Amino acid sequence: MSGKKASRAAATEKKGKVLEIGAVVTNPGSSFENKTGGWRAMRPVWNKEKCTQCMICWMFCPDMAIPQKDGKRGETNFDFCKGCGICKSECVFGAITMEKEKK
Amino acid sequence: METHIPERISEFVNNGEFDCEMIYVESEHSAISAALGASATGVRSYTATASQGLALMHEILHVVSGMRLPVVMNVANRALSAPINIWNDHQDSMSARDTGWIQLYVESAQEALDTTIMAFRIAEDHKVMLPVMVCLDGFTLSHVYEPVDIPDQKSVDHFLPRFAPIFKLDTKKPVTMGPIGYPDSFMDFKKQQQDAFAEALQAIKKANAEFRSELGRSYGDGLVEPYLLEDAKYVFVGLGTICGTARVVIDRMRNEGKKVGMMKLKSFRPFPEDAIIAALKKADAVAVFDKAVSFGQKGPVFSEMESAFCNQARKPVIHSFIAGLGGRDITLGHIEDAFKKIIKERQPSVEWLL
Repeated sequence: MSGKKASRAAATEKKGKVLEIGAVVTNPGSSFENKTGGWRAMRPVWNKEKCTQCMICWMFCPDMAIPQKDGKRGETNFDFCKGCGICKSECVFGAITMEKEKK
Repeated sequence: METHIPERISEFVNNGEFDCEMIYVESEHSAISAALGASATGVRSYTATASQGLALMHEILHVVSGMRLPVVMNVANRALSAPINIWNDHQDSMSARDTGWIQLYVESAQEALDTTIMAFRIAEDHKVMLPVMVCLDGFTLSHVYEPVDIPDQKSVDHFLPRFAPIFKLDTKKPVTMGPIGYPDSFMDFKKQQQDAFAEALQAIKKANAEFRSELGRSYGDGLVEPYLLEDAKYVFVGLGTICGTARVVIDRMRNEGKKVGMMKLKSFRPFPEDAIIAALKKADAVAVFDKAVSFGQKGPVFSEMESAFCNQARKPVIHSFIAGLGGRDITLGHIEDAFKKIIKERQPSVEWLL
């Protein structure tokens, strides 16, 4: 929604952003701009020693907030983790615990 | 779903006369959702419904208009339960008046066909991009036979070129449709919709005028249609087939020297306030016939007529008649009595023609 002029018939501009009609978003992947980690009340804490790299948490995370590279998971992306706890529930090895988020 | 229209369309498709994909669904909620999805892919989309079916669509009606998808739908106007009633009134579409759809009401089968063709032109105008309901009276139009001139394909294709969407779902050029609108943008999108209705006033007039020049028929200026209105002091205002009955009464009363006329309201959304004020500038009194009620308030057309004139220095006395609910007959006598009443009484009134 940003970086372009409102050239089309019915689009409008607001604070430098183009508001396309029907709220259509024309740049793919724009959800990266909208960091939803601030919604989190509980924070998943990853215990690397208990983790077997089975990737079940990676598979189940609904926000794709658990990165994976070459078959190894990385630290949770807290810009997008909403703290739902699905990773904790699904982890067979007890490698994830939920702790109250500190402000 | 409204029965006759999809039945006939399925015959066209079956006979190979109509190149279209007909989607069979399990409910009206699904029907309008399918039309929404189809429209988003950049194809012309259409459905038809009535009464409870339109009520079941209600949630998605807002989504179609909010996503600015130019779906066209015929509504065969019928009553809403309870009590159970399948006959004609306008309660179904009037209850959907705030869903962000353009609403055009028609008087005859010919007007229904012509207006449906025009509706695509209006809806798909890039300054408009709003869905359109073409409302035709259940039974009095949906279940009767009338001679209709069907324009040839070439003429229609010229009047209505291929649909050129602004956006469409395309894997080669991906876009997101129907995303969240946070408080910092939601209201701006709603303002865009409201502004599109102002554009629609022009687009409706333009479609009507071009239909006249290309296909030889038109209906007033597309927004309102006058009948013997030029010197009329007493004016009938209504929507749909009831206007045909009013024409007969007006002819009779004109023969008796009464200065009566009609303003047929064709576009209810957008509500053509300026056109109405101009059309009724010489009127002393107006009889508004509503085939619906906004419970706890008034007839919906009547309310808006009052609203249109409330800041005008010169205004007619506006009388309300609630009539024809659930298929109750509206006779020549009812309309003649209404004229006699508004000629005699100088105070606004509300009457249910029970």
